[in-house]
Amino acid sequence: MSEMVKMNAIQAINAAMFEAMEADPKVLVLGEDIADREGGGVTGTMRGLSSKFGTDRVCTTPISEQAIIGAAIGAAINGYKPVAEIMLMNFTTVAMDMIFNHAAKLRFMSGGQTSVPMVIRTLTGAGWQTAGQHADHLEGWFAHAAGIKVVCPSNPADYKGLLLGAIADPDPVLFVETGGTLFIPGDVPADQGAIPLGKAKVVQEGSDVTIISYSTMVMRCQMALAGLAEAGISAEIIDLRTISPWDREAVLASVAKTGRALIVHEAIRNFGPGAEIAATINEELFGQLKAPVRRLGGPYSPVPFSKPLEDAFVTSPEAIVETVKGMMG
Amino acid sequence: MAELSNAPAPTGEQLVDIYRRMIRIERNDEAIRKTVRLGRLTMPYYSARGQEVIPSAISSLLNPDDQICTIYRGIHDMVAKDMPLRPLWAEIAGRIDGTCKGKGGPMHLTHPPSGVMVTTGVVGSSMPIANGLAWAAKLDGSKRVAIAYFGDGASNIGAFHESLNLASVWKLPVIFVCQNNGFAEHTRYENATSVDQISKRAAGYGMPGYTVDGNDPEAMFAAAHSAIARARNGEGPTLLECKTFRFHGHVLGDDDFYMTKEEKEAAMAKDPLPAFRAKLIADGHATEAQLDRLQSDIEAEIADAQEFGLNSPFPSADELRRDVFAEEIPA
Ligand SMILES: Cc1ncc(C[n+]2csc(CCOP(=O)(O)OP(=O)(O)O)c2C)c(N)n1
Repeated sequence: MSEMVKMNAIQAINAAMFEAMEADPKVLVLGEDIADREGGGVTGTMRGLSSKFGTDRVCTTPISEQAIIGAAIGAAINGYKPVAEIMLMNFTTVAMDMIFNHAAKLRFMSGGQTSVPMVIRTLTGAGWQTAGQHADHLEGWFAHAAGIKVVCPSNPADYKGLLLGAIADPDPVLFVETGGTLFIPGDVPADQGAIPLGKAKVVQEGSDVTIISYSTMVMRCQMALAGLAEAGISAEIIDLRTISPWDREAVLASVAKTGRALIVHEAIRNFGPGAEIAATINEELFGQLKAPVRRLGGPYSPVPFSKPLEDAFVTSPEAIVETVKGMMG
Repeated sequence: MAELSNAPAPTGEQLVDIYRRMIRIERNDEAIRKTVRLGRLTMPYYSARGQEVIPSAISSLLNPDDQICTIYRGIHDMVAKDMPLRPLWAEIAGRIDGTCKGKGGPMHLTHPPSGVMVTTGVVGSSMPIANGLAWAAKLDGSKRVAIAYFGDGASNIGAFHESLNLASVWKLPVIFVCQNNGFAEHTRYENATSVDQISKRAAGYGMPGYTVDGNDPEAMFAAAHSAIARARNGEGPTLLECKTFRFHGHVLGDDDFYMTKEEKEAAMAKDPLPAFRAKLIADGHATEAQLDRLQSDIEAEIADAQEFGLNSPFPSADELRRDVFAEEIPA
């Protein structure tokens, strides 16, 4: 066992950036307020980088999301590995043309002649009363665009490993950070290296039901474990870690074992990533299922401001317990 | 508006080189239109006939490793940048020997060996990406420049404004080349654009902006020379607005209802090709026979490319699983 270091996700992201920039002079950083003179990014994840690596490699940009992503694409085509920060996930919508029509498709449309090895880091999540335009989980949008990978870490060790994995990846990656996971300390192996994208992790073994989740909701699923145990239910929890491409093998193997599946995400339930996963489980394991596949996600509503409404927007551990109980009959 | 710096006049050899590029564009365009009309190629075709001077003058001053980012109406930009015609034809025919294995097609050609890095079908999107190409050139410590080609309509898109601002703040070696043909699809310039000259917008972004007669090879050469020199010297971006006209409507088959017959005829009377040819001969830079020879060599090159492209096989369905990511997608 390697030595463990306690840190939160912000520190993990920062450590990954230092390592990646140290190891490869082609790694660049750009985004609003990124350099130390502006505070090293709004959540401080980029702190110290410009002082160490210079403002040629760590560039503060104007508030120009299309220009940020466009500059990252062009530099990536020419062999650099830009890590572009879009302050909040809702603001990716302003740059959707660059992300969806260009970053995601240029490898394919060029017949493999060019590639776009860039990372877009962005932050989201309900819980901060930022309401309708600052807290959406849009990973489903990006997962629906062929050609871009989507990563949603849930804990500091994964933040570090997956960010290193995303930077090493030869294709564009959307790296989704969430407010609910940023400040909670966790154990990170001192030698935590890159985690390859597309691999899920079983965070809790169990035999009666598979709960598939990612990002902030993994913790909520873990919080439901006590209530499930009380009801005599043994739950297996899978943290997907990568939403696209998602780890079908790991999910199907677990559901084949337990016979029941529940998908939990913060993104709105309608047309969310859970629908894709549920449909795949039905197609592959129909005869082996002991109950219909269930999904829990946000209600079909913008993220609300009012605290009780916002609390109701995000699936609670109690709702997870109740839903699983209903699947046991 | 800034004044053009004193660029050296083009030599006779440079003028003939510009003409060579123009005639290669024009002959190729003619061949594509004919092939589409005969039903041997099925594709939306955005002819740039009439706009030959702009990329030809610019490309005569570019090195092979200088890069361009162009648009759906950009085949002339690629041909001017010396893109080989065989893979070009195979690509517009959707064949496996195309630059992009037939997966990009006429609106998305890419050919890095010629410096054609991205072709986009989304209006205004060439500029943000050209900035990135230029940023890399600067970080590499090279003297490479990047050209963003776009139309007058594209100058009204947010990406134009973001790109000019960023390029100026970062002093990028990029040249924004607006090929102003007076129309955005069917919309007349003055019905959609707030300024009488797009080059005036450069002032808002702290860079020089010039309006140039895009049908005049010598004026285009001077403007391109000044902008390229500025970029190579690390002095930052330039906006060139090049006034021109497109002869064949927005897309092939367009009946030009949105302009008057007189207006069109007057513009076509200013066709830059025959005038330039006559001038080269009159000024003693080339003989009639030399230019005829140049043209017949180009025609032979095009006939060969067309034959090659139309006879290349179509890609197999497996290609859908390749190049989505670096790793092939499982079947
Ligand atoms: C973002 C976007 N909006 C609309 C279109 C449809 N469209 C294609 S070409 C065009 C006109 C563009 O005119 P201009 O920029 O002047 O270029 P030109 O075709 O004249 O070369 C339009 C509206 C598009 N491709 N992209």
